[in-house]
Amino acid sequence: MFELLGIPPQALFGQLLLGLINGSFYALLSLGLAVIFGLLNIINFAHGAQYMMGAFLAWMLMTYFGIGYWWALLLVPIAVGASGVVIERLMISRLYHLDHLYGLLLTFGLALIIQGLFRNQYGVSGLPYTIPAELSGGTNLGFMFLPNYRGWVVLASLVVCLGTWFTIEKTKLGAYLRAATENPTLVGAFGINVPRMITLTYGFGVGLAALAGVLAAPIYSVNPNMGADLIIVVFAVVVIGGMGSILGAIVTGFGLGIIEGLTRVFYPEGSAVVIFVIMALVLLVKPAGLFGRTV
Amino acid sequence: MTFTRRLLLSAALIFATGPAFAETAVKIGVLNDRSGIYTDLSGEGSVIAARMAVEDFGAAAKGIKVEIISADHQNKPDIASSIARKWYDQDGVDLIVDVPTSSAAFAVSDITREKKKVFINSGAGSADLTGAKCSPNTIHWTYDTWALAKGTGGAMVAAGNKKWFFITADYAFGHSLEKDTAAVVKAAGGEVVGSVRHPFPGTDFSSYLLQAQSSGAQVIGLANAGGDTVNTIKQAAEFGITQAGQSLAGLLIFITDIHALGLKTAQGLVLTESFYWDLNDETRAWSARFAAQHGGKEPTMVHAGVYSGVLHYLKSVEATGGKDSAAVIASMKSMPTSDPLFGKGSVREDGRKIHDMYLFKVKAPAASKGPWDYYEKLATIPAAEAFRPIADGGCPLLK
Amino acid sequence: MTVANTETHPVTLPADLRISTPRHHVVIFAGLLGLLLVAPFVLYPVFLMKVLCFALFASALNLLLGYGGLLSFGHAAFFGSASYVAAHAAKVWGLTPELAILLGTGAGAVLGLGIGALAIRRQGIYFAMVTLAFAQMVFFFALQVPFTGGEDGIQAVPRGKLFGLVDLSNDLTLYFVVLLIVFGGLLLIYRIVHSPFGQVLKAIRDNEPRSVSLGYKVNRYKLAVFVMSATLAGLAGATKAIVFQLASLTDVYWTMSGEVVLMTLIGGMGTIFGPLVGAAVIVTMQNYFAGFGAWVTILQGIVFVVTVLLFREGIIGVIARWTKKAL
Repeated sequence: MFELLGIPPQALFGQLLLGLINGSFYALLSLGLAVIFGLLNIINFAHGAQYMMGAFLAWMLMTYFGIGYWWALLLVPIAVGASGVVIERLMISRLYHLDHLYGLLLTFGLALIIQGLFRNQYGVSGLPYTIPAELSGGTNLGFMFLPNYRGWVVLASLVVCLGTWFTIEKTKLGAYLRAATENPTLVGAFGINVPRMITLTYGFGVGLAALAGVLAAPIYSVNPNMGADLIIVVFAVVVIGGMGSILGAIVTGFGLGIIEGLTRVFYPEGSAVVIFVIMALVLLVKPAGLFGRTV
Repeated sequence: MTFTRRLLLSAALIFATGPAFAETAVKIGVLNDRSGIYTDLSGEGSVIAARMAVEDFGAAAKGIKVEIISADHQNKPDIASSIARKWYDQDGVDLIVDVPTSSAAFAVSDITREKKKVFINSGAGSADLTGAKCSPNTIHWTYDTWALAKGTGGAMVAAGNKKWFFITADYAFGHSLEKDTAAVVKAAGGEVVGSVRHPFPGTDFSSYLLQAQSSGAQVIGLANAGGDTVNTIKQAAEFGITQAGQSLAGLLIFITDIHALGLKTAQGLVLTESFYWDLNDETRAWSARFAAQHGGKEPTMVHAGVYSGVLHYLKSVEATGGKDSAAVIASMKSMPTSDPLFGKGSVREDGRKIHDMYLFKVKAPAASKGPWDYYEKLATIPAAEAFRPIADGGCPLLK
Repeated sequence: MTVANTETHPVTLPADLRISTPRHHVVIFAGLLGLLLVAPFVLYPVFLMKVLCFALFASALNLLLGYGGLLSFGHAAFFGSASYVAAHAAKVWGLTPELAILLGTGAGAVLGLGIGALAIRRQGIYFAMVTLAFAQMVFFFALQVPFTGGEDGIQAVPRGKLFGLVDLSNDLTLYFVVLLIVFGGLLLIYRIVHSPFGQVLKAIRDNEPRSVSLGYKVNRYKLAVFVMSATLAGLAGATKAIVFQLASLTDVYWTMSGEVVLMTLIGGMGTIFGPLVGAAVIVTMQNYFAGFGAWVTILQGIVFVVTVLLFREGIIGVIARWTKKAL
């Protein structure tokens, strides 16, 4: 082993990579929040709980039905997304004519219920979920030992994020979505079923959270509280990035992951608050957020 | 309070209560975590253990009526203190047992002292309960952080693992765990090459593990608890830390954590406990009875401590012929303890219960014969050495 | 803010228009005081003191949310910090309880000024998220700095002697002191709401652009009400620290912010007496279900959802509608 004199470049590369891995979760989650916010004008407080549900569902599929990771990656976002569709139809859709704060309060209540139910059923000690055989082991990159699974997380997250960005910014469907965000009445007049589009968008955003949950299950312990604290950090990410653009959510997510990773090396005690400090700075300098449209 | 005065007091009480002996009614409150991170190691199991102690003691036949109630303190000192206050003020509780999470234990200890009742702690770790923050009304039964540090730290250095790196949860409890263990390591001739503090609670420990790996330490001491420890161990397995030759030492980890991690991930981990269900015939027999009532789950040392503590309390109630707290505690401290789980022991003047501790190593999956067959005993730390010497604790009661 | 929502009313409220004190308010306040004077002889005083502290806390939030139209999801920061400062002052510096509470309240005010100045730069849901994030930062701070005792909190805080004279270790004596503080706080809030300042506040809440065009310095009003609310939340937190002889992380955690929003919501946002009722309901619920673990959380979630969907006016709001009186 080599001696540690300050921070050797190898270690720095390693930490940067780790930051990128965390950033992929931030990006996936803030992307889901941004998509939902864009069309529904609702901050989905239940996002963290839905991320947790994703991880739990993957664990349940494995434990009760013997269905493995790869199928979970496909099935879980669909299932959790479907539950999101039901929630949107039954509850959230009743609130569109009211102040947006009620949406926040409602989803906060939902988050409490979901977390409470899972806590009652499974306790909080955390349940094990093994890394799929295809991705176990690791690669020696020279400067660090990178577990294959973590590499996969970054890759998968990048692909999903860019795919979402492409769909929304470059396709016809995306054009409808953006138009409905600006003026739902007008888009409705063109014969597009706006309420259904809203419902499906919520389902999609929730599905993204669930996907992040499945990706997280093998790394972190599957635990009812796993989303609760994370979501507050993601809120800060969202405030920093501003809700203006999809790309903004992605870039901020990855960027803050890296910054947080670097803090862990240079000043570990501050790593929990660094994102909040950045948020305060951004609010001072650019209140609308880095990528936000100005007020 | 001097010993003679205490004797006089208890004597006076025996005379005063005298014939009422046959009608002593005792109310025991089991206060622990029933929904959070320590549910498995305390929770309903502690209620079962307390009930078994009442049965085995034969309380009913001896004219002592025992009622057991329980509540969830959610590991929060504010909830623990308000429940304890209500129990003593309104519900007539005489004894509170268990109380994992040191912060909650301190809260209950303070209130117990104010209300002049009895508190037998089994679940919490902080050695301060019988040190700087000791109380005449608190007995710390099962283990403490000093004993765990002594067991794990001392034994690993003795085995030649001299260079340590700590991954510490950045709050009071983590700091004290690190400090105690570092002191033991240095005293045994080891060396601390570095440490890193992570936010509490944390989710991603890979960054700290990487720092630990590049430090060149032989042992990575995990000065954290609960979910943090479990996650650190999991991620250490993922990054191939143990395969690369470094050992992990859990400074506060229980058999239920090993159960949750699975042997594949936890194998090779070294830890200290005061009880293991598979120690001898007596512990096996007791644990079989316990498991039958607890859905097949084996007891933790915390459950065993609740059993042993309640048993000793009831013996003292019988001996003093009443439930006056001062008299009962005086009797508990003067009478040697004896039960099938911890063998023979004693309760010190500062409230520390003394017994053997054991150093265990987690088995490899191939070596395990089935569920709950997890530990291989490496060493027994005799009672006399296992706990912090009474003079070093700085307990203000000892004057 | 790009989201134009002039046609949707921020928070629907029963209108209270008269600036003079209505007679029925005097009657209710007097009745309430009478009830609270008798209560400790019937109910457990410690429980009542908890209700009182949370009633003040919820009323403080209500000042901001109900009358200022600003949803803070981070009020635990002020409540908790004040309780830490008061506990530290009483325990370590040995100050008398009234000074400790005063100091804690001051801490709430200062923190409120700092966070408020930044948070009012955003509106609506962003405001809620920003306050939440800052509160989380305060939580991490409380977890790490040595004086808060981390996980242990500050325990065994002496209740001390009021003005160095009146011993507060007796629950009943303390109860009447707490009653005095809380009732004073409530009357102050009532006064603020029914002052010209309060009227401007309601105007901003109902239509911010119009208030701007009328020449009001909207941000100054917002900051002022934010600081007032934080100060009163601090008063509640500091008092609680003396009552329970404990300041802990629970007081600064985000669930505490959620709880107090729930109290305000279920009692009735923008009503004077709603937060009191809400606090009584939620504290009783917590007390009753304490032994049932996560069910408390689930139940709180259900109450949240049901209230938002079916019952947005809250308990007092509904009563106000039936009796056609502002409450």
